[in-house]
Amino acid sequence: MLEVKGVRKTFFPGTVNEKVALAGVDLTLKDGDFVTVIGGNGAGKSTLLNVVSGTMSADSGSIVLDGQDVTRLPEHRRAKYLGRVFQDPMMGTAPGMLIEENLALAARRGTHRGLKWGITREERAEYREMLRQLELGLEDRMTTRTGLLSGGQRQALTLLMATLRRPKLLLLDEHTAALDPRTAAKVLELSDKIVAEHKLTTMMVTHNMKDAIAHGNRLIMMSNGRVVLDISGEEKKHLTVSQLLEMFNKISGSDEANDKMLLA
Amino acid sequence: MNFFTSLLNALPGAAAQGMVWGLMAIGVYITFRVLDVADLTVDGSIATGGAVCVMLVRMGWNPWAAMLCAFAAGLVAGLVTGILHGHCGIPAILAGILTQLALYSINLRILGGKANQALSVDKYPLVVSQRYVRDTNLQNPIPLLIVFIIAVIMALYWFFGTEKGCAIRATGANVHMARAQGINTRSYTILGLMLSNGLVALAGAFLAQYQGSADVGMGRGAIVIGLAAVIIGEVLFAKVFHNFALHLLAVVIGAIIYYIVLQIVLQLGLNTNDLKMLSAAIVALFLAIPYWQSKVSGARRKGGAKHA
Repeated sequence: MLEVKGVRKTFFPGTVNEKVALAGVDLTLKDGDFVTVIGGNGAGKSTLLNVVSGTMSADSGSIVLDGQDVTRLPEHRRAKYLGRVFQDPMMGTAPGMLIEENLALAARRGTHRGLKWGITREERAEYREMLRQLELGLEDRMTTRTGLLSGGQRQALTLLMATLRRPKLLLLDEHTAALDPRTAAKVLELSDKIVAEHKLTTMMVTHNMKDAIAHGNRLIMMSNGRVVLDISGEEKKHLTVSQLLEMFNKISGSDEANDKMLLA
Repeated sequence: MNFFTSLLNALPGAAAQGMVWGLMAIGVYITFRVLDVADLTVDGSIATGGAVCVMLVRMGWNPWAAMLCAFAAGLVAGLVTGILHGHCGIPAILAGILTQLALYSINLRILGGKANQALSVDKYPLVVSQRYVRDTNLQNPIPLLIVFIIAVIMALYWFFGTEKGCAIRATGANVHMARAQGINTRSYTILGLMLSNGLVALAGAFLAQYQGSADVGMGRGAIVIGLAAVIIGEVLFAKVFHNFALHLLAVVIGAIIYYIVLQIVLQLGLNTNDLKMLSAAIVALFLAIPYWQSKVSGARRKGGAKHA
């Protein structure tokens, strides 16, 4: 489904602030893979997701999505194939627009936007049913501006928007990091449910090792802009946080375990 | 007593002028509030609209056809700003200033090298004119302006409800979200700038006919008047009007109030030369108030519980 080949990305090249974010990343995701991505700060996790989504362009290498080379495709054209949920709950929705309007915008991802009315009556009924399944009471607040929702409600709505049109690839960029633990657990559970329901190919960046182990069928660890660990199948199922921590420290050559990654 | 009779005499003129500027302010609303861009092109494009309309009518064109051309000229002005901003990476404010400056020369050329061209209602069948503003017949510009503004508001209400219009609103509300939903934010910003400047130029065409001339300097400070109208409308009607069409109506009412207040302060003996300073001060104050309010409530919220 996704083939990342030799992707490199350097920030501020040729200056004292030069930072190699991706030092030749190779990664292939099979159809239906749910990959969790971990790594310390500056390991290149978010940059990888940004390069795949087109928010940033790769310096070299190629990104092929379902057989199509999208390396040079601008962000809004790539959006046709991608569902995205961001770390910042403010980023996924338009605050001044209604819940139903946000959903209607998402329902038209990758289609031509013409002079037809922006939302239809049938759509409203569909959205109401989908919102009901979130069990957040949003089905009765369809004409509320999303700016009035809590962070957890917004992330749940963004998740729904990202998957309303089935994406070839779902990108979750630390989408629960800004939420309190209880809400984070709820949004994660919802993510699992939606991914399983539609058998979505998914990449989820997380700082939380426990979440990385508990979710998905495959786990990769990044360090210094490279994929340094790739665990799947049975091996991943029996992985523990302490084992993972040990591997992390061995690979990064120090025992400065990231505080955030220990949060469990 | 003298004060009130002369104020009463001035009211119809103030109302009509307020409506013309209200149309202009709707254009400003589209960029400033919907797109979240401060577009300074309008100071130039309002004069372009006036100049195009006056020159075409003087050549014998039907005034409605001339106004359509003024609208088109405004679309082009917005397109230029949009290209400078979207395709040349120039910040929106600077892109608008550049277009506005260039338009000064272009407007002089349109006006045949003169700073001012008259358009007498005696010689040409104008759509609106200041002369009849206190008459009680159909020549009075106020009924026509009311009908026209309602039609524009209805058209915009429809447009911003369509898929394209929603995409413009999403672009202004949150570019990250818009791009993630496959919206070409650059194109939709340009489209919004075009529409805005088209309306502003159309207002310029009304204004030139209303006052009976087009002047190369007629747009100086137009953005401030437009912003004043937007802000006055919001302050007065934010709690009552929740619908997009009513927001636009509030902007027009804001412009009318602006001109009525202006009349009052003029009657009270304010020097005309000080008007622009007063306008700027009022707009600065009303832009600052929400910022101060957010600082106060933000400081208060910091101690409180976090939203789940």
